[in-house]
Amino acid sequence: MTETIHDGYGTPTGIYGPVDDWATDLDHADPGYNPRAPEIWTELREAGCPIAHSDRYGGMWAPLTAELVREVAYDTERFTSHSVVVSTSRIETPRGIGGAPPITSDPPFHGLARRLLLPPFAPKQIEPWEPEVRKLCRQRLDDMGEITPGETVVDAAEQYAQHIPVNVIARMLGLPVEDDDRFRGFVHDALEGVNRSPEERKQGFERMEQYLDEHIERHRVEPRDDLISYLLDVELDGQKLSHEHVRGSIVLLLIAGIDTTWSAIGSSIWHLATHADDRRRLAIEPELIPTAIEELLRAYAPVTMARMVAKDNDFHGCPMKEREWVLLPFPAANRDPELFEQADEVVLDRAENRHAAFGLGIHRCLGSNLARLEVRVAVEEFIGRFPEFELAGDVRWSVGQIRGPRELPVRIL
Amino acid sequence: MRVRVDADKCQGHNRCYALAPELFDVDDYGQAVVIGDGEVPPDLEEKARLAVANCPEYAISLDETKD
Repeated sequence: MTETIHDGYGTPTGIYGPVDDWATDLDHADPGYNPRAPEIWTELREAGCPIAHSDRYGGMWAPLTAELVREVAYDTERFTSHSVVVSTSRIETPRGIGGAPPITSDPPFHGLARRLLLPPFAPKQIEPWEPEVRKLCRQRLDDMGEITPGETVVDAAEQYAQHIPVNVIARMLGLPVEDDDRFRGFVHDALEGVNRSPEERKQGFERMEQYLDEHIERHRVEPRDDLISYLLDVELDGQKLSHEHVRGSIVLLLIAGIDTTWSAIGSSIWHLATHADDRRRLAIEPELIPTAIEELLRAYAPVTMARMVAKDNDFHGCPMKEREWVLLPFPAANRDPELFEQADEVVLDRAENRHAAFGLGIHRCLGSNLARLEVRVAVEEFIGRFPEFELAGDVRWSVGQIRGPRELPVRIL
Repeated sequence: MRVRVDADKCQGHNRCYALAPELFDVDDYGQAVVIGDGEVPPDLEEKARLAVANCPEYAISLDETKD
């Protein structure tokens, strides 16, 4: 392994060295983790290690079974959501509220902040976006230019998957769609740069906040029909939201809405590029797609959340200390053989699928209806346009809590 | 057969509404509600079972006793 790891944005990353033992030195931001995370979870579970540990980041635990992940997700007393992205820095924000409500909030404030944001993301509000999402997907496919079957190689992550969620969330929020590169930069700083120095992380957050402050101000002067204006207008307990709350919720929607779904779309296409039988089956049985998407979400769930230990406690024999991190790897829970038969296999027509790709408990992904719509339509359109394709080179996986392909070369056949 | 939604457990994953819209609806907050009294006609029993088996929060239950 090289001494300095470059992350594709031209900056060296990481203050920690390579991992030598996943059970006692687990680092989800080690570049070796995401490419083979499912094998790591299986190896650890089979070796009798249902909870991995690391001294990195000031102490971190990682439960790896469905039952343990569920227990942590449901226990908002012992595990606070104050910080949900494991990193080298501990952000000081109001307890119970956090920097990006409601994802960083605990009860009782969480329920109030979440209730404000549920209606715009409810199923019947999201369904009408389908034609727009479809149009966007077709545009990206058109933009790939002339395709010579058997020769043309496209990057399904860079040229396709990454553009879809960023475009939709920018429009919902009321931010300029053409700033999409900048948004991906913000997301990269926040979620992939977790093992950089605290100073570097702070600078990244400041850049994002400065940008958002400017757009919030523009919405204050000239309200529009979008989510930023909605947040500026809405009241909680008879009062307008604080500037920090408005900005924090925008940060949440922007960051949570981009590379999560991009990862799910990319992983789904990666699976279909490497499993010709599944790809052909979907082409013949399009009515299977909704069920198949759930299975792809189970097997390639992109999001690992995190909690912070609220007070010293003994968790199944693990001496957890206040302010240590606890990773919540929903993707590992989704591959627990105790809960799923053939847990490590994709079974496209798996009818009973109690997966937790969108989390469990009070913090269920607010955008799950939008994410499902985007993943389904993006896969439908891709395989509709290109019924036959194959992997054409090395896949580069993301680094950190969101797992998905960042470079995905596929040859159109 | 009747279906029930435990409103305290439901977190709005929306699986039941997607799988069995004849039996479930969602409110303005995306929370699941049973349509009518939750009585399941014989031809929808399979869908009702699927809704139960796909709820990540174990919020849906079936009452199989005959009225």
